[in-house]
Amino acid sequence: MAGAGIGIGADRAVLAATESPPAQTYPFYGKHQAGITTPAQDRLHFAAFDVLDIDRSELKSLLRDWTVAAARMTSGLPAGRFDPGGGPYDAPPDDTGEAIGLPASSLTITFGFGPSLFDSRFGLQSSKPAALVDLPHFPGDALEEERSGGDLCIQACSQDPQVAVHAIRNLSRIAFGRASLRWAQLGFGRTSSTSQSQSTPRNLFGFKDGTANLKAEESGELDEQLWAAAEDGPAWMSGGSYLVARTIRMRIETWDRISLREQEQIFGRNKTDGAPLSGGQEFTEPDFETLGRADAPLIDPASHVHLAHPSIHGGAKLLRRGYNFVDGNDELGRLNAGLFFLAYQRDPRRQFIPIQLSLARADLLNEYIQHIGSAIFAIPPGCREGSYIGSALFGD
Amino acid sequence: MQFPQNPTVSRSLAIFATAAISALTLSGCVPNQPGGSGATTIKVDSSADECAVSAAEAPSGSLVFSVTNSGDQVTEFYLLADDGLRIIGEVENIGPGISRNLVVNAYPGDYFTVCKPGMIGAGIGRAAFKVTDSGAHLALAGDVSEQVETANANYKAYVKDQVEQLVTGTEAFAKAYIAGDDDAARALYAPARMHWERIETVAESFGDLDPRMDLREADLEEGQEWTGWHAIEKDLWPAEAEAGFEAYSSEKRNALADQLVADTHTLYEKVQDLNYSLDQQTNEAIGLLDEVASGKITGEEEAWSHTDLWDFQANIDGARVLFEGVKPILEQKDAELAKTLTSEFASLQKLLDAQRVGDGFRLYTELSPAEIKALSDQVNALAEPLAGLTAALVL
Repeated sequence: MAGAGIGIGADRAVLAATESPPAQTYPFYGKHQAGITTPAQDRLHFAAFDVLDIDRSELKSLLRDWTVAAARMTSGLPAGRFDPGGGPYDAPPDDTGEAIGLPASSLTITFGFGPSLFDSRFGLQSSKPAALVDLPHFPGDALEEERSGGDLCIQACSQDPQVAVHAIRNLSRIAFGRASLRWAQLGFGRTSSTSQSQSTPRNLFGFKDGTANLKAEESGELDEQLWAAAEDGPAWMSGGSYLVARTIRMRIETWDRISLREQEQIFGRNKTDGAPLSGGQEFTEPDFETLGRADAPLIDPASHVHLAHPSIHGGAKLLRRGYNFVDGNDELGRLNAGLFFLAYQRDPRRQFIPIQLSLARADLLNEYIQHIGSAIFAIPPGCREGSYIGSALFGD
Repeated sequence: MQFPQNPTVSRSLAIFATAAISALTLSGCVPNQPGGSGATTIKVDSSADECAVSAAEAPSGSLVFSVTNSGDQVTEFYLLADDGLRIIGEVENIGPGISRNLVVNAYPGDYFTVCKPGMIGAGIGRAAFKVTDSGAHLALAGDVSEQVETANANYKAYVKDQVEQLVTGTEAFAKAYIAGDDDAARALYAPARMHWERIETVAESFGDLDPRMDLREADLEEGQEWTGWHAIEKDLWPAEAEAGFEAYSSEKRNALADQLVADTHTLYEKVQDLNYSLDQQTNEAIGLLDEVASGKITGEEEAWSHTDLWDFQANIDGARVLFEGVKPILEQKDAELAKTLTSEFASLQKLLDAQRVGDGFRLYTELSPAEIKALSDQVNALAEPLAGLTAALVL
């Protein structure tokens, strides 16, 4: 099916097997929002917004407008009513136009609500999910205010960077006067697989990342670990999820100077094919009991793979959907590079927070990374056509 | 100090545990990608009952033994000298299904290959292996074992000496701080810390002590008690702290100072019996440059005193001492690298000397962006060839 056209009627697993030809579209409307278990696209534009001085009904209308525009763009249509070159001659085009001629390219647009949205401004205090906690300070955090937080977020993923940027640009434009961009991040290469049909990509340290990720095909696990259930409360979040976004700077220059021995020790995996150092192939379960010389475990207890492993976190897993980034260089001539970590989960209090605490305390990798941005969002469930994202929050 | 370490397994310690290259054989292993320039690749299949080597003969020069473990136990592969005893090169800890390379610089002569699944006993599949004369120019294989012993012993003495001076410096600093003589304490702070920074990678190998003594505020976990040098630093430079920062009570001062002194004594005791192999020393040197590149050059280490250049100089001192200790050996193995490193150390020292004021340095906050960039560039210029030191010595 390589190079084939729009995969209408095919199910997601079949679509995934095609490794996302450029013209592919994913439905915007559904039980869950798209862009979570959707096979991870190669490009990202993520944006966090502050809501401006508006009232509850204006916030609802913003979400309505965003929903309509997102549904249009994800099906390959312009953001507004008219084609970018076809509207009234004396008015600015209602779509900015840089996506003219480009297919939808697997675009998904996913919306989220930050903890600050539930303050007194919109009367949403009592609807705040208990799981939407402010993340604690983790050892080593060097968070920058201008890369953290936000009332609202939009994740736009696509096979074509221009399509993802077009989406965020037009949604920001629609929000002018109601919400303004707080921070944003571009990602150029996916660092996780969210489907078994995808091969595991590599992070900028050159290692396979996300081998043990939650995958779209594991439906039982997804209900257990990814989707908020009705009994979790509040009701409006049923079928939603929680997203943690962390901007992780990588000290790639010093990393590149350490021996292969040390690099593999730090990750606990072999560099070439991602097999755990205890043996086997990439998807072999790591065996932390296998001993090597001097009865030391083959997988270092402080390695990344060990400290992040579900077996020491009561089985907790994440659906990671991160991206590599390189944003030019810093004032010292070092690549401003890293991993934009995105992880979806059912409850950060049981998943991201304990896992990250264990990593931040002891991970051998900490010497080569620094968390510089952080945010958490409630990702509401999907909506049906005619409704809007988050409608249940507002009792609509 | 970059990040708190696991209480039991620190980075450096863990490297010590896995870096099992014997300093005495000096012909160890450096895993590498196959198919490097001019290297001959030989496949080795280590199964439960066989050690199948794809060729029994190879030309002298760079040889890559690509060892695959097809058995179900952890295995090792050795290249032995003609006496069947002396280890020319080895790869250890190869898990089932894993492949790893042994890269050696082989001289013409007779050798043996052997695998050791299960890592015990005499090994299996011992076979003769011949290296023919390819005419490739190889450095002379002199007996450097005496020089290695000397380097190891000298470094041990250096670490002990630095920790002794750290004890003295810390005691004087603590005394002034407890007495409320803040001017004296501020003046003693950076010079005393230099003894710590010179052996920082050794000190960090004690995963329980390091966080108590050298943790930065940002590295704290919520609810974790903050102690050590930087906790006192903040109290001594309150003008640099956040608004609303409250000076410590005299009880807190006493407790912090007493603990720092006690911990320094513990460190002193711990280093008395520590021994360092050659590859540990070279990896320490590389580690010290990493410390400079990630903590000192950015001004993150001394957030309030801004005395980062003292630490910078001390890290470089420590790395240079390590380099000079192994330099006679390196000159036999790779004279060009020895020359490059000597020259890059000198260039970096020249840049640091330009920032000297009296017995100390300018504060980090007084440096211009161009000066910081120049230091950073020179750290890269030194660290890049330095990263090849371990491989150059053990190959």
